[in-house]
Amino acid sequence: MLKTFKLGGVHPPENKLSAHKAIEAIEAPEKIFVPLGQNLGAPSVATVKRGDKVKTGQLIAKGEAFISAMIHSPVSGTVDKIDTHIDASGYRRDTIIITREGDEWEEGIDLSADLRKEITLSPQEIVEKVKASGIVGLGGATFPTHVKLMVPDGKKAEYLIINAVECEPYLTADHQLMLEKADEIVVGVQILMKAIGVDKAIIGIENNKPDAIEHMNKSVANFAGITVQALKVMYPQGAEKQLIKACVNREVPSGKLPIEVGCVVQNVGTAFAVYEAVQKNKPLIERVVTVTGKNVSIPSNFMARIGTPVSLLIEKAGGIPEDNGKIINGGPMMGKAINSTDVPVTKGTSGILLMSEKEAKRVREYNCVRCARCTTVCPMGLEPFLLGLAGESLDWEIAEKEQVMDCIECGSCQYTCPSGRPLLDNIRLGKFKVGQIMRSRKN
Amino acid sequence: MSLLTVSGSPHVHEKGNVSKIMLFVIIAMLPAFIASAWMFGIGAVKVFAVSIIACILFEWLVQKFLIKGPNTVSDYSAIVTGMLLAFNVPSNLPVWILIIGAFVSIVIGKMSFGGLGKNPFNPALVGRVFMLISFPVPMTSWPKPLESASQLTDVITGPTPLGILKESSNVAEAMSNPAMPDYLQMFWGNMGGSAGEISAIALLAGGLFLLLTRVISWHIPVSFLLGATMFAGALWLADPTIYIDPLFHLIAGGMMLAAFFMATDMVSSPMTPWGMLIFGFMGGVLTIIIRVFGAYPEGASFAILIMNAFVPLLNKIKPKRFGEEVKNG
Ligand code: SF4
Ligand code: SF4
Repeated sequence: MLKTFKLGGVHPPENKLSAHKAIEAIEAPEKIFVPLGQNLGAPSVATVKRGDKVKTGQLIAKGEAFISAMIHSPVSGTVDKIDTHIDASGYRRDTIIITREGDEWEEGIDLSADLRKEITLSPQEIVEKVKASGIVGLGGATFPTHVKLMVPDGKKAEYLIINAVECEPYLTADHQLMLEKADEIVVGVQILMKAIGVDKAIIGIENNKPDAIEHMNKSVANFAGITVQALKVMYPQGAEKQLIKACVNREVPSGKLPIEVGCVVQNVGTAFAVYEAVQKNKPLIERVVTVTGKNVSIPSNFMARIGTPVSLLIEKAGGIPEDNGKIINGGPMMGKAINSTDVPVTKGTSGILLMSEKEAKRVREYNCVRCARCTTVCPMGLEPFLLGLAGESLDWEIAEKEQVMDCIECGSCQYTCPSGRPLLDNIRLGKFKVGQIMRSRKN
Repeated sequence: MSLLTVSGSPHVHEKGNVSKIMLFVIIAMLPAFIASAWMFGIGAVKVFAVSIIACILFEWLVQKFLIKGPNTVSDYSAIVTGMLLAFNVPSNLPVWILIIGAFVSIVIGKMSFGGLGKNPFNPALVGRVFMLISFPVPMTSWPKPLESASQLTDVITGPTPLGILKESSNVAEAMSNPAMPDYLQMFWGNMGGSAGEISAIALLAGGLFLLLTRVISWHIPVSFLLGATMFAGALWLADPTIYIDPLFHLIAGGMMLAAFFMATDMVSSPMTPWGMLIFGFMGGVLTIIIRVFGAYPEGASFAILIMNAFVPLLNKIKPKRFGEEVKNG
């Protein structure tokens, strides 16, 4: 039977224009821009300086804080400078800029296509290896993976849940990866299972990808403990809490992490990266990026080196369409609009979506008509119209009382609102302010 | 390349809007309108036309000269109010009274609060109850269905089933009244009453359309009819000679109209499932209480207005939050 989460949800048009397009490796450009802030936690600290020669896969920045990640050079060449450069946030941030010379890899990285099934490392060594390889959540959240693999004392993991939902419209990177690298992913899943000490893993895939379900089912056939769970198409099923609810019918309590209900969630792309790191000694220096949009001439799935400017990817997909109005880093529901095509691909870039000027426009705003549609679709059971109102009137007390911090910013409410209210804009403001207030209270 | 738009997510919209919702409500009202035109003829058509035009005009005037805001007529909500107002009056109502009713609905019931979305009460009901209290005689003289269909003035009037019931001392007396239609006639709409309330089947069809197109959710209509049925049923079981059976209550008067079109007004009804259920259930119970024990034969309008006043309280009932109760298994 198809499973799904039970509360709220919407079903935006899927528009998977780049589905079944083989992953195409893109040659890295002359200059590559590697931002130091590529994970959800603290920015990494550069370990190279101007003029240094680097090889592909060499460590160039260290994650020193507890929640941070290593960064490796995506190309070989010379460090041009460490300067600020625009990133997806719209701000100029510290970036290592490298001039590429050839593609000479660091020693000891296995670049063959052979499948290595045997897992020799101990759980502790796996976590170390994942950390040393700079792996972060590739679904877009960019939370350092090794931190998630360290199960806190007193807690026990029961399930590993692999997020292969790809519920964002348009994006097909994970889908295509499953079609091409199913066996590698399954080894990656086993490595992750060993690291957190569970004997059960569930790979959740929405049933708009029947070929991926079939493919993965074949690959897991010989492994006890790993199952593929087909899920009903429903947004935001790729959100951690909703995915756990859908797969094992457990609800992560407000303000808590998945481990509270015995689950660890990892993205399917992350599982592949873990395979490459642990079995092939290859750090995370490239990822699959979907480049898509209704007016894009060749919607594609690219394997791009981190640091490749978005402009190059768009060019490879046929260039910027004439009436382009918006470029989004990510999908249409949760992605970020970027203001320049100089923005580089980072570890969190799952897709680049181009929208025409007409699509980019928001609908006309009316009064809230109290239709409660936002409440009906909210997967967290919140009342978005109230939270939006609190944001508009700068009433942070109400925002906190109405649990604004539980909002997962899925955008379902604003997507649905017939009055075109800018609900999530105001909710984000509320989350920011309430977050500040809560932190100041702690200190 | 032109400048890029930068705005927060989500970057797509379902493309539903208020006008579309209102348009669906208008479509859902068409079967009842046709039934009304069939039974009451040109008089009904006149009442609809006057009511709609007056509502649109008042809204346009207020928006333009008092609020000085953008034109809101295009959201079609004035048409919905106009139609609902016409649904709730006898088809022979003098035009000037109807225009006063439209004024009260739109100017006092809706625009004085700030327009669509801000009004605590259902505007059409505010207008209707105002007219009922101010002009009790013309508001309760009911044209006879079919017989009055061809006349524009001097229509033959007759009682409504609920009126007959109110006047009779017991059920047997009411049922033996020659003016009392049988249940099948009532179900089809061959009975005296307000222009749009008579045909249960037409209103059910419209209500079903609203449910299927998700303009309304099931909570309010179902709980409203359930509340009415349960309370009327309890009375009936207690003494079937004095209290009529619940089926009668469901198809007589404005019950169907109230359950599917009046109580479900999104602006003036609660916003959470439990709030909606209580709102509907109590609305149904109150309707029967007013019908059976009150001074008026029909109670749906009052019941809904009373429940509208409770909405802020009902909205304090929060929906179930995700992760509220930890379920394992
Ligand atoms: S309030 Fe937050 S969680 Fe709820 S629908 Fe809106 S964005 Fe999603
Ligand atoms: S969906 Fe929009 S109009 Fe409806 S209640 Fe929510 S905020 Fe108001």
